[in-house]
Amino acid sequence: MPGVKKYDAIVIGGGHNGLTAAAYLSRAGKKVLVLERRYILGGAAVTEEIFPGFKFSVCSYVVSLMKPNVMRELMLPKFGLELLPLESTFTPLDNDYLLRTADADQTYREIARHSLRDAEAYTRFGPLMGQIGMAVRPILETIAPNPIRPSLSDFSKTNKLLDHFKTLSSEQFEYLTKLMTMSSADFLDEWFEYEPLKASMAASGIIGTFMGPRSPGSAYVMLHHYMGDIDGAFRAWGFQRGGTGAVSMAIARSAEHFGADIMTEAPVEKVIVKNGRAVGVALENGDEYKSDIVISGLDPKLSFLKMVDESDLPSDFVTDIKNFRIRGSSGKVNLALDGLPNFTCLPGEGHHLRGAISISPSYDHLEKAYDDAKYGNFSQEPYMDIILPSVLDPDMAPPGKHVMSCFVQYAPYDIKGGWNDQKREAFGDAVINTIARFAPNIKDIILHRQVLTPADLESTFGLTEGNIFHGELSLQQLFTMRPAVKWADYTTPIKNYFQCGSGTHPGGGITGSPGEMAANKILGIWS
Amino acid sequence: MDTTFGNIPVSISRTGYTGDLGYEIWMDPEDALTVWDLLLKKGKSFGITPTGLHALDIARIEAGLILLDVDYVSSRHAIIESRKSSPYELGLGWAVKMKKKDFIGKAALEAEVGRGPEWDFVGIEIQWHELEKHYRKAGLAPGLPSTAWRASTPLYKGSEQVGYATSGAWSPILKRYIALAHVKSEYAGEGSELMFELKVEHYRKLTPAKVVKTPFFDPERKRSCPV
Repeated sequence: MPGVKKYDAIVIGGGHNGLTAAAYLSRAGKKVLVLERRYILGGAAVTEEIFPGFKFSVCSYVVSLMKPNVMRELMLPKFGLELLPLESTFTPLDNDYLLRTADADQTYREIARHSLRDAEAYTRFGPLMGQIGMAVRPILETIAPNPIRPSLSDFSKTNKLLDHFKTLSSEQFEYLTKLMTMSSADFLDEWFEYEPLKASMAASGIIGTFMGPRSPGSAYVMLHHYMGDIDGAFRAWGFQRGGTGAVSMAIARSAEHFGADIMTEAPVEKVIVKNGRAVGVALENGDEYKSDIVISGLDPKLSFLKMVDESDLPSDFVTDIKNFRIRGSSGKVNLALDGLPNFTCLPGEGHHLRGAISISPSYDHLEKAYDDAKYGNFSQEPYMDIILPSVLDPDMAPPGKHVMSCFVQYAPYDIKGGWNDQKREAFGDAVINTIARFAPNIKDIILHRQVLTPADLESTFGLTEGNIFHGELSLQQLFTMRPAVKWADYTTPIKNYFQCGSGTHPGGGITGSPGEMAANKILGIWS
Repeated sequence: MDTTFGNIPVSISRTGYTGDLGYEIWMDPEDALTVWDLLLKKGKSFGITPTGLHALDIARIEAGLILLDVDYVSSRHAIIESRKSSPYELGLGWAVKMKKKDFIGKAALEAEVGRGPEWDFVGIEIQWHELEKHYRKAGLAPGLPSTAWRASTPLYKGSEQVGYATSGAWSPILKRYIALAHVKSEYAGEGSELMFELKVEHYRKLTPAKVVKTPFFDPERKRSCPV
């Protein structure tokens, strides 16, 4: 057989988590091979020049939860990691706007323009969420214990977490419980009254989920987004110079620096399992690579229902994986623009174009968008999280031109009649029409439009059902349950087969965390 | 090179104080305002962005560049002997051309090189985990300076003070807390472990810091040539 080689570890999928795991294992002296199906590394954290001269962060578009220790330990700045702060969140309305910036006093005055009560509440809300974020973080940074058959280290981990929770005040505990169970709309109603403010904050509770702002559980997703910090400041989001693909490339260069081999256009067909043990992988072209262990950076559905045979897995586990909720709910529209959008409510250039632009004028806007999806249609007037990368990093587009990244929700994977070219274009039109409601010049400045439906996200990027998080971040799919109980510590029922994608704890986003913790788990077993 | 902007004569040099790819434009002060406006206008579509001294200060610390009257005192203005430094003590030994036949102070510098300089000027990194622990104990997220600081800060080895940091910053690009410091030569080797004085909620603590190589941030592009 051609190309038979022996590695210590093979990583399936050159997404940012797979690369992170590979970098950590290589750093520990292991010989690692990364196999990526596409021509380009990064998975969903990828930059591609879709239209000549214009670089798109095709899927994932902002960075906040990237763990600082991963950046330091893998020396990512040396290999090109450079995060530029997003300076504001701008919610355009029909006759007014809401603009929150990093300047607390400016934001206070801005919110007070709409509601003095909310401005006061907002100054208390931020620190509280920060504290709760700090309280939850140790959970995110712990490898999930096995609650069914706990090992000694599982007990000590659980004890440590319990000790940690004992340090929370009763007020913090109350809010933590509320965040774990309530809808973001109900939770925010307890604090604020100005609708566009509430809706814009609630929006972070629906990103990547098949829930509306009034669905219970959405408050947790909001907290998940609050935990992002940059330079010690909680709730800061950043943009990577060169797009999110540059994050992946920095990790890949770090992995190569430590000695990893990386192959692109090398789609894996199957994990080779012998006597209940993974012993290597077979590529679609027939090549085989042997290794002591195999790590999948793919989502749980692909890792267990495609890469291995069901007969190699316990049936209850197969059931758990089949039931794992991974419904895609979002699409992405990337635009190459001849100039900047001009918002009717705040014309011209300014700070408001240097951050996130949130199309979330009211709860009803979001909930109606969700209603469309509930019944199998894309939203006629979707919620959008928009950024203009070229304003922050001029290299993303030719001089004077711009790129616009629109994260769009909802676009259900299971759309009535299935996705096709007409539906994709109709979805794109709905997005442009919604933007045009607030910035009418948009239609005149579009040079190129790329529309990605959940079906496209699945076929191009291997995201099952187009779910950006490799599975919903709902309570029953977190920590010891992600992706399935007993197998939330990156191990799997197959010996020497591991998982390290966003479908494992602590979940989605450009964090490097699943990759790092999986590598630590594996190195622990090895030593 | 000498050239003109519009019809204003300017000199452009491939220099700067950022440790990154940079240029300096020299002109008659009378013309400065016009040149500035012209630059911002022409640079707009390339995303030109003015930055201030706060940003510059972080950049030069990341580049390990020493600053007069902050990191060292001019020998002409030093009112006491201990404030004076030799080029070797400031990490500027590379700028001394010993092969030259003669220059003022040559004999003294030769003697210093012979016995080894008493002080060294180095980069240190304040270790993250311990820093975080100090703040966690106080119930706080790690408190990081949002701008560069310029207050002399003691460095210890055991109970003895063996140096002082003169400027430092949280490097947003490296995600490291870095500083430039004068350290007695015997403790100034790369990897040498010192204790850095840190104030957490008004209380002084000692937290470990390590001597590391400078520049802290050394992008390839800084050596790139314009076409």
